Amino acid sequence: MIPRFDAGDRVLVLDLGKSGHVRTPFYVRRHSGVVLHRCGAFLNPEDLAIGNVAGPVVPLYRVGFAMTDLWKDYRGLPADMLCIELYDHWLNPVEAAVRAD
Amino acid sequence: MSDQEHTHDHAHSHDHAHDGHEPLVVEDEAGNIEGQILVDALQTLLVERGLVFPGEVRREIERIEAPGVHLGAKIVARAWVDDDFRTRLLADGKSAVAELGIGVGEAQLIVVANDADTHNFVCCTLCSCYPRSILGQPPAWYISKAYRARAVREPRAVLEEFGLVLPDGVRVLVHDSNADMRYLVLPQRPKGSEGLGEDQLAGLITRDCMIGVSVVGPVA
Repeated sequence: MIPRFDAGDRVLVLDLGKSGHVRTPFYVRRHSGVVLHRCGAFLNPEDLAIGNVAGPVVPLYRVGFAMTDLWKDYRGLPADMLCIELYDHWLNPVEAAVRAD
Repeated sequence: MSDQEHTHDHAHSHDHAHDGHEPLVVEDEAGNIEGQILVDALQTLLVERGLVFPGEVRREIERIEAPGVHLGAKIVARAWVDDDFRTRLLADGKSAVAELGIGVGEAQLIVVANDADTHNFVCCTLCSCYPRSILGQPPAWYISKAYRARAVREPRAVLEEFGLVLPDGVRVLVHDSNADMRYLVLPQRPKGSEGLGEDQLAGLITRDCMIGVSVVGPVA
């Protein structure tokens, strides 16, 4: 799978409502952030957890979120940031999300 | 009630109030640990059937626990004295530390550098992901639910509880190592350390500085 995003792209984290071994914590779902770095492509932990080791691999990105966006009562600097790894299928381009609204 | 709580209830009777944290290991009055009894029984069967040699499990635990903070300290000290190494380390952590003969078992090592404007620290909200091949096993607090929840929610309050108050204007970057990457914080080289050699520098570098809940203090 070709990575859909690159550093600097703005992305929205989806709330896929999946159960099982998902690696996308609730606190970043439905928030938008900026791709910091392409990490490469990895087997999807959601598949690995149920014994599916056949792939395919999924692009993984490090995404940065403003702390003040994640937490409305955040105490700190506006520049404080949370960096987390997110798999491609949990992300949408922000532009597309805006149009869908 | 979750499965985990269910198991916990069976481990001992609740005739006392818990004081806000859950024990990492639940023992009965005789010192038995439920999980250990199961593991011992399984291991005895595996040995009896010739599937595992006596001592093999112990040797494997020893192998897993052999890496320690000294490896991380060696990496940081080299980065402090060798700018080219530092550049390579920040670009590709795993390849750079291989130059020092240190193998990283995890997929990738992301090294994040503190500087005058930025302080990095690392947590794993979902479980206990940690750069074990270069720092050893994580401290108990790192895998506690309180640290995991609060590091991403109120990082500055957490740092203050570790005794670290950042200078005005320094931004905080919290790294949630929730998937395939592992993170090492490259602390700032302390004032007063200019005359020290690489080995002496390595002696200044602690585990907590490489997780990012502390900094390397000035050298007297």
